[in-house]
Amino acid sequence: MRFEGTENYIATEDLRIAVNAAITLERPLLIKGEPGTGKTVLAEEISKALNMPLITWHIKSTTKAQQGLYEYDAITRLRDSQLGEEKVKDVKNYIKQGKLWESFESNERPILLIDEIDKADIEFPNDLLQELDRMEFFVYETNETIKAAKRPVVIITSNNEKELPDAFLRRCFFHYISFPDTSTMEKIVDVHYPKIKSKLVSESLKVFYELRDVPGIKKKPSTSELLDWLKLLMNEDIKPEMLREKNANNLIPPLHGALLKNEQDVHLFERLAFLARRENG
Amino acid sequence: MFVNFFHELKSANLPVSLREYLTLLEAMDKGIPDRKIEDFYYLSRSTLVKDEKNLDKFDQVFGHVFKGLESLEADEIAEIPEEWLKSLNEKFLTEEEKAKIESMGGWDKLMEELKKRLEEQEKRHEGGSKWIGTGGTSPYGSDGYNPEGIRIGQKENKNFKAVKVWDKREFKNLDKDVEIGTRNIKVALRRLRKFAREGAADTLDLPGTIKNTADKGYLDISLVAERRNKVKVLLFFDVGGSMDPHVKLCEELFSAAKTEFKNMENFYFHNCLYESVWKDNKRRHTEKINTWDILHKYSSDYKIIFVGDASMSPYEITYSGGSVEHWNDEAGAEWLQRIVDIYQNVIWINPVELKHWEFTPSTQIVNQIISNRMFPLTLEGLDNGMKELSRNK
Repeated sequence: MRFEGTENYIATEDLRIAVNAAITLERPLLIKGEPGTGKTVLAEEISKALNMPLITWHIKSTTKAQQGLYEYDAITRLRDSQLGEEKVKDVKNYIKQGKLWESFESNERPILLIDEIDKADIEFPNDLLQELDRMEFFVYETNETIKAAKRPVVIITSNNEKELPDAFLRRCFFHYISFPDTSTMEKIVDVHYPKIKSKLVSESLKVFYELRDVPGIKKKPSTSELLDWLKLLMNEDIKPEMLREKNANNLIPPLHGALLKNEQDVHLFERLAFLARRENG
Repeated sequence: MFVNFFHELKSANLPVSLREYLTLLEAMDKGIPDRKIEDFYYLSRSTLVKDEKNLDKFDQVFGHVFKGLESLEADEIAEIPEEWLKSLNEKFLTEEEKAKIESMGGWDKLMEELKKRLEEQEKRHEGGSKWIGTGGTSPYGSDGYNPEGIRIGQKENKNFKAVKVWDKREFKNLDKDVEIGTRNIKVALRRLRKFAREGAADTLDLPGTIKNTADKGYLDISLVAERRNKVKVLLFFDVGGSMDPHVKLCEELFSAAKTEFKNMENFYFHNCLYESVWKDNKRRHTEKINTWDILHKYSSDYKIIFVGDASMSPYEITYSGGSVEHWNDEAGAEWLQRIVDIYQNVIWINPVELKHWEFTPSTQIVNQIISNRMFPLTLEGLDNGMKELSRNK
């Protein structure tokens, strides 16, 4: 079972090695990187490429580790007991499986995506140490141990909002998705929009990287934003020449709203463009 | 197997553990890397490095430990094009060109020369008459002497590049020793948040109470800690004089810190702490606050952060009357000592680089008074400082 990237996803050599190591050694793979470099998509693509079911667990600031294992719905049971329902006698009726449990009981070896683990409380990763290590946990209410039939491939993404504990990190493989260079970026664009004119691509990539290099920009546009922008450019049938116009009135790239998501950045860029125009004029 | 490598990483202060080393060996055992040095590099990187700020350090150690392997690899590169070129030679070269090769000393000589130049040459080259590259008059390289354009190392190029992957040190700017920028400050302040969410269980946990009551069948009240910024901080800020070059940096830190705490008070001082401080820099001479009042007002569970370069004449710390601005009855050292005695958690953040500290006697004196709790204003320094602050004695 080897992951080699898919027709929709360009995986660099180092990423492939990290993914394959995680699959073979059955350890979690921690993915970090700038927003929009394809961290979450990676799990989806591995699932497609290797034909494994994908189970996604999105983490929010209120998510508890226990919720990934199971939840005991005591309130419903309390209400049911007032109504004298028959199923109240069996505690099993009130145990709700979490995503981890779901992935442990899957018939095929699944991929478990724990998305944005840094959003949760600081103790969250520590609470999952044993569960991810041994791939088993104990349900106190029913006195049973849930053990993974087939150890799922665990992909964890983080946006670096919180530091993860050392004990947790030691058990993971780690990969930092660095921002793709121009040639990788061209491949990525090619995969997503195969019919796009190559001239348009190279021109827009130039604009894109220039934009990323603007000093003081708050949110640098990332891969996903570039892809959106290209889609728009194609829709509007923008000519490559329009992107190249350096001294005309429209120094700001067309449809820049797809790239710059912050009004301060737009202002900054407009100001820079204005200055550049004055110099040229 | 790679014990030496592991020890080198350890001594470069990378947080690697035995467990990760064993994982790496296990992966080698399972044959994950394809017996290629760059595969091994990627694998060991993803096994042993868990934080992008350490990637650069890892690249350096890797380059250092496996230096011998590079030359080995270079040999291979020089060898592959040899056969490859030979086959091309038979296909494409005209008699005339073959004669030219002979004039240069025969094929073997040519290949030997090529090998030598490959080793000498590291970068891509265009034009010129000696180096291997494109469009030159050198007998080696693409678009050179052969009309069909033999390209040397087209395929092997990748190999060549890969050997140098760790030498490129792409992750240099993620190294944690870099000085703090605005973005870095944000990351650093997430560390402040770490201890800003603590507290005692003193509020009613309504869902917990309902759950426990339902579980047990009788009313069972449970309490939970409130999510609040329990941490109280006093910030003392050195302004004027030698701090001026650092003021912008410190202001950024300062304004970012403001949103992190509810209980945060800030005071200004000049060079060293004396009997009075002030809250508004514009009215520093009219609205002074007695330092005694501060010591009395704020209880000992406040955490104290000094921000200053601690660069001054040693007399300003150790002698009464040493202040450059006014007459102080008691020496700055005594005031600092009082702070240290009352408050458990005191740190001093110094924007001056660590390596310059030893050349400034006043820095050493201050550091001694606050029992070596001075930290440089880098991510690592802040991190250690925050750890020190959150420590309970």
